[in-house]
Amino acid sequence: MSQLPLDGNALAGPLSEVFSVDVTSAIGECAHCRRRGPMAETVVYASAPGLVARCPNCEAVVLRLVRDSGRAWLDLRGLICLQLAIPPDPEAEPANGT
Amino acid sequence: MARAAVLGRLSWRVGTVIELRDETPTARTIVLDVPGWPGHAAGQHVDLRLTAPDGYSTERSYSIASAPDGDRLELTVEPIPDGEVSPYLAGVLASGDQLELRGPVGGWFVWRPGTADPVFLVAGGSGLVPLMAMIRARELTGDESPFRLVYSVRDPASILYADELRRRARDDRGLDVTCAYTRMAPPGSPRPAGRIDASLLIAAGWPPDRRPAVFVCGPTGFVEAAANLLVDIGHDPRRVKTERFGSTGGSP
Repeated sequence: MSQLPLDGNALAGPLSEVFSVDVTSAIGECAHCRRRGPMAETVVYASAPGLVARCPNCEAVVLRLVRDSGRAWLDLRGLICLQLAIPPDPEAEPANGT
Repeated sequence: MARAAVLGRLSWRVGTVIELRDETPTARTIVLDVPGWPGHAAGQHVDLRLTAPDGYSTERSYSIASAPDGDRLELTVEPIPDGEVSPYLAGVLASGDQLELRGPVGGWFVWRPGTADPVFLVAGGSGLVPLMAMIRARELTGDESPFRLVYSVRDPASILYADELRRRARDDRGLDVTCAYTRMAPPGSPRPAGRIDASLLIAAGWPPDRRPAVFVCGPTGFVEAAANLLVDIGHDPRRVKTERFGSTGGSP
């Protein structure tokens, strides 16, 4: 296993099993220092069991993901908010304001 | 706001090795045929899953080197000494073998044509791979965004895609390529061997007031050093996107 940490880009594959939109470009707000930034900029340790992402500013844990056969545990208590871009639904009817 | 791709929930698919190409004495490109490949954006990666006969399985991420081309996908792998997966991919894997992969993934370290912003690419060693996908996609789509690449590499023999880079630097309009050698510069090189520094990034990049999109990729130490230099010389940290390899291997 690698000795140095990765960055949040490495979350893209594992989280694609859970989320239907890309989480690395989502903006996360750290519950400890309130830094807001793309999840791709977090510092990711892959040598723990599962993945641990830390805030690049204060190093607090912002996300933990552990997978086992057929299950995933996702701990997001280190984030106050995760702002995700939701692409427009091509099937949706145009909004009908009244 | 970056456009978000609808990924759906990604599952593993199987690709077949259809070609292997040596890029340097150590690195090689794996050309895969992946039936039903949905296409990708330049800068995205795939996760590969390798499973041993005893059932032990491990995953690694590899950047996509090629521009979108139907079911064809190219990865370039530089073996990490003592690595668990990369020596196998760079040395043992043979044509006709199958690989499990998941992707494309990653929506942040991505260049999309059509923005017209100048682009500044900074590569350390095999960090060139996703940036090469951007250079290839630019030419394929006829995009006219001006690109500048600074490529920090150990010595001339370690240059990935050397012939193609030379050809593109000559033929792709609006692409400038600067190689910076860390261990051994070729005779007549304008710059002695050494790590990249602020003067190189100023001379070979875009001035910060052009507001370039900046992409930095390489080993962790290289990326941190380069990103700090870029911010020091005035680039907006929000315009500097980084992707780190976690290994200590292949320092550029």
